[in-house]
Order: sequence, then structure tokens, then C-alpha cells
Amino acid sequence: MTAPRLVIGIGNPSRGDDALGPACIDGLEALAPPRTELLTDFQLQVEYLLDLAGRREVIFVDAAAGGPAPFRFAPVAASDRPGCSTHAVPPADVLAAYRRHYGTPPPASHVLAIRGYHFDLGAPLSAAAAANLEAALAFLSQRLTAGPGAEAALSPQGPR
Amino acid sequence: MSFEMETAPHPEQLRRVAIEPVSRVEGHGKVTLLLDDHNRVQQARLHISEFRGFERFIQGRPYWEVPVLVQRLCGICPVSHHLCAAKAMDQVVGVHRLTPTAERLRRLMHYGQILQSHALHFFHLSSPDLLFGFDSEVARRNIVGVAAAHPDIARQGVLLRKFGQEVIRVTAGKRVHGTSAVPGGVNKALAVAERDGLLKDIYDIIKWSREAVALTRRLFEQDPDTYARFGRFDAGALALVRADGAMDLYHGGLRARDVAGEPIFDHVAPDTYDDYIHEQVKPWSYMKFPYIRSLGPDDGWYRVGPLARMALCDFIPTPFAERERKAFLAFDDGRAAGSTLGYHWARLIEMLHAAEVIKDLLQDEQTLGTELMAEGARQGRGVGIIEAPRGTLIHHYEVNEEDLVVRANLIVSTTHNNNAMNQSIREVARQYFDGRELSEGLLNHIEVAIRAFDPCLSCATHALGRMPLEVTLVDAGGHTVDRALRDPGEAC
Repeated sequence: MTAPRLVIGIGNPSRGDDALGPACIDGLEALAPPRTELLTDFQLQVEYLLDLAGRREVIFVDAAAGGPAPFRFAPVAASDRPGCSTHAVPPADVLAAYRRHYGTPPPASHVLAIRGYHFDLGAPLSAAAAANLEAALAFLSQRLTAGPGAEAALSPQGPR
Repeated sequence: MSFEMETAPHPEQLRRVAIEPVSRVEGHGKVTLLLDDHNRVQQARLHISEFRGFERFIQGRPYWEVPVLVQRLCGICPVSHHLCAAKAMDQVVGVHRLTPTAERLRRLMHYGQILQSHALHFFHLSSPDLLFGFDSEVARRNIVGVAAAHPDIARQGVLLRKFGQEVIRVTAGKRVHGTSAVPGGVNKALAVAERDGLLKDIYDIIKWSREAVALTRRLFEQDPDTYARFGRFDAGALALVRADGAMDLYHGGLRARDVAGEPIFDHVAPDTYDDYIHEQVKPWSYMKFPYIRSLGPDDGWYRVGPLARMALCDFIPTPFAERERKAFLAFDDGRAAGSTLGYHWARLIEMLHAAEVIKDLLQDEQTLGTELMAEGARQGRGVGIIEAPRGTLIHHYEVNEEDLVVRANLIVSTTHNNNAMNQSIREVARQYFDGRELSEGLLNHIEVAIRAFDPCLSCATHALGRMPLEVTLVDAGGHTVDRALRDPGEAC
């Protein structure tokens, strides 16, 4: 059965603070939040819209090269104004692709943008980013296990 | 090596136009045009801010870690790096022939990667330009516009991508960060249920691939002059071919032909590649410029990728794709084969070929075998070459007695195409720049030319907020006289 909640961590584990997304997923795996599927990839691609089917809530976790520290947690809606796309697809575009593909609204979605600072190949997570990750994980663990969204996430919806 | 319009005689007297970075390609690229007092293009260059630390990233690691580690060099084609490194490390462990099952499983993974990568490029990156035209309204010329006007194409693009990813998942062991290709073989067999799950969809995949090829062929037929002329130039070509001359994207010998189509070398063993291919460094670019040694840097550059592979192979060993290859080569007296936009048509023929190969492998009972590993005598050097989606990919490693990599040399597909991409930009600038206005049309024509190569600039870092598109116009005195910025939240 499809878990009603999906958390997708985006990033390259070997490019410094770009590892924040997958590192967050690693941290969540240890917590094993209920009725939640965890995925990770280097980049979002359009076919991820198929993974959104049947979810009640989706959280995209990514490193942010700018913005507030330790993190910003904000809703994200489908956008039919595609960004300056490369081979990667931003969350709003995946949600828009979902709507076009299924003809129904995508699940409620948020972006957890964890502030990163250095993105060099082969570099470890910076100390500042690691501290931001710790704060983000504390926030997520509360939200996924006892937060206001936890109960709401128990009923699947949308196309299977 | 220096080409006409690559380096102007007196660049300090020229006006500079910069397009930075180029959108709908992977990574960060910038184009500069230098104009003279009469607003004619005197110099055109593609600058790629590629990270040059790959070799250092790998050196000092145990050889058996490398096939997994190198996937992190590129978030777009990690499977190609995974398999290419595994091929090199096969030699390090003295294995020159895999078990039949291991070879089939690696091929299955590779052709799954080819399928999903080519599908992404056509359905999501290039189809807006091709279906609506390069001069069509920018607000419409994107994947949203494609989905509105051609919903079946958009849907098929998603499902083709998903199928290719599923092939990778069942063969690599994981959806991402696969670990199955190891020195000497693979560590995961294919289960019957996994095979059957793919087989039930493969005929739809082949059907959609055939339709995509037919669609592109029609575009060429409707406007042969534009498609054959756009960014056209003659060039040499390099690719792997099978011993009988067939297209083989996983393994073979190197074949190269010169600009006139005459053979330079053929069936060159991968481990002798460095006797035939050298690399040149230029002060204005982070990327190296490979060339064929016997011709020298001035004449020895070449294309790789779908266009080169289509021109070099004697035949494609699957029926539908071979039929399409013949049509491609016959089109307009062969003009599609020299056109930059011919990459699109050739790429889709390869996508169809990949779908056919996947079907054949799934129907081959040896693919379900359990003999996965071979053994041999340990060696200190290994070279792997594979035809990645974008072209020839070379991994070369030296390993010491402590099993650590002491030297690594990687030549990625986009680096092979470096000269060809620059040449394409020069041709487009020559054809379409009116000397007065940095128009949206000109920018898109240049981007269309670059996108045809599907360059992957090896920059897997994609953190939120790092992909603006900036265009600046700088006068001969170095002063910015105009500037336009598209941030990631704005439409492109």
C-alpha cells in the first residue's frame, strides 16, 4: 500500500552541502516515521510525479544556496510557469506535471530548504550546514511523528 | 588549435556579448560573442564552468569503491559512469570476458539509461523548440505548452522515463546510487517477477519510441532547408562499434572518420585509446579539447554522440531502428547527418534501438542466469569505454599494489564535443546575428544549437536558487551597456 506521506531528499552526497537533502533522509530513516515513504535522488525529474500518486502530503527536502538559516519550510504549489529548466525539474514543476498527467490537483506539498554554504565536489558537509541539518531534522521528526500534519496524513487520496 | 572566429586578432577593440548561463542544458555555460565596429561577429566561444576535480576526487580510493563513487560525478548520467568504471576495473581484476548473464544485465542497465536519457531530452528539453519552432512565442515554447498542445506526447515522455528508470532499478539494485556493477561482474541477478514486470510494458515503449522517431522525421520533411542548414558544419566522428561494424553502445572498438568520411582508425582496442586521442588545454576554457593524434589539434577534432554513432556504424542490429537509420542517412542526400539538428533525429533512433535491445534482453533466458562473477589475474591498469547517451565516455585508472587508485583520467562525452559545440555556435552566430540587437530569437537559436548536443556539464549541484540566466552586453571598454536577468522563479 502506498504510504500517505512522501519525503524526497534531493542532492548529491559528494558535493559538500548539496548532501543536505540525502543526509536528511538518512536521519529520517533512523527515526522511521510512521506511514511515510522516504526517497532520495540527485535531482528531481518529471517522472517523480508518478511517486506522488496516492499521497496525502509530500515534502521536498533540498539544500538552499540562499535564504534563511537554519531552514525555511514553506508550502509549494504547482506552477505552470516553468523555470529556467535544465535536466533537473523544480518541485513546483513536478506538481504541475502531476496535475497535467492525472487531471487532478497534486497532494499538499512543502519544500524544506536547508541552508547550505559550500558545494564543492568531494567536500564534506560544512559545520554550519550540519548544524542546520540538525535543526531541520528536529523539526521534521516532530512534524512527522506528532505534529499537526501527522494525523491528516493517515488517509490516502488521489490517483493510485 | 585555432579556428576561424575562435580567436579574434584584436579582441580589445571588440564589443562583447555574453549569454550566461545557457538554459535547458545541464550545468553552467556561457557564450561570448565579440563584435567589431561594424557589429559583425569576430569571435564566438562557449565557456563551460566545469569543475576540474574529478581525478583528484577518485585518486587514493580503493579500486573496488570506484564504480559506486563515480556516480556522484554527475547527477544526470550516473549509470554511465558506474558502468564505465566497472568496465575499467574488470581489467584491473584481470577479467576480460564477463559471464553471459553479467554482460546481459550490464547491457540491460545501460540501454535503460540510454532510453530514459534520450526520452528526457526529446520530450522535456527539445520538443518545445521542435514542435513550436525556434521563433515561436517564448511563453508557449516550453513543456507546459507541449503538454497543452500535445498531451499524449507529454504523457508518453513521463512513462518512457519511468520505464527506463525501472530498468535501472531492477538491474542496479537501487533506484539511485546503484551498486550492482562490480569489478568482474555484477552482484545482483534479475528475478523472474522483475523481468515480467518490464516485459508487460515493453511493446508500448517500442510503439511510443517509433512514434517519436516518425514525428521527428516529419519535422525534417516539412522544413528540410531549416533542419539541414541550421548550425551545419562538416566534422570528423568518433564512436565505438561492434567487431562486425554494428552499433554497440556498451562495448566495442573505437572507429574514427575524418571530415570527408574517410577512415582514420578502426576497431582500436579501448586500452590503447591514449595512443590515438590526445587532449589540448586552452587558456580561455576550463574544458579540455580532445583531438585525434594522427591529425593533430587543428584537424583532429570530431563529434561524438548520436549523430556520430549513426554515421559511423555499418548497421543497427535491431530491425525498426535499422530501418530508421537508413531513412535518416538517405534524407536529402545525407544532409541530416551533418546538421546540428540531426542530433535530435539520431537520438530518437537510438531511443528506439534501446527499446528493442531491452526487449531482446528481457526475452533472453540467459539474462535470468545466476553465474554473475568472473575472475582473473590482478593488473595495474584498466580502461573502460562506453557509449553514454551523449557520446563516448572514457575512464582510465592506474591502481597500485595497495589497491588504491593512483591515477585517473576521464574524458566525458561533452568534452569530446567541446570543439563541435563551439563550431556550431559560430555557425549559428554567423547565420542569425544581425549585428544590432541581442534579440530573444538570437539567444534561443544559440541555445537550440547547444541543446542539440544535450551537453551535460558535469555539475550535479543544483541547490535551490542557483540557476539564473543572465545576458550582458559589454562594450569594447569593458563597460556593461545592457543586462537582462531571468531568475529561477521566472518563466524562460
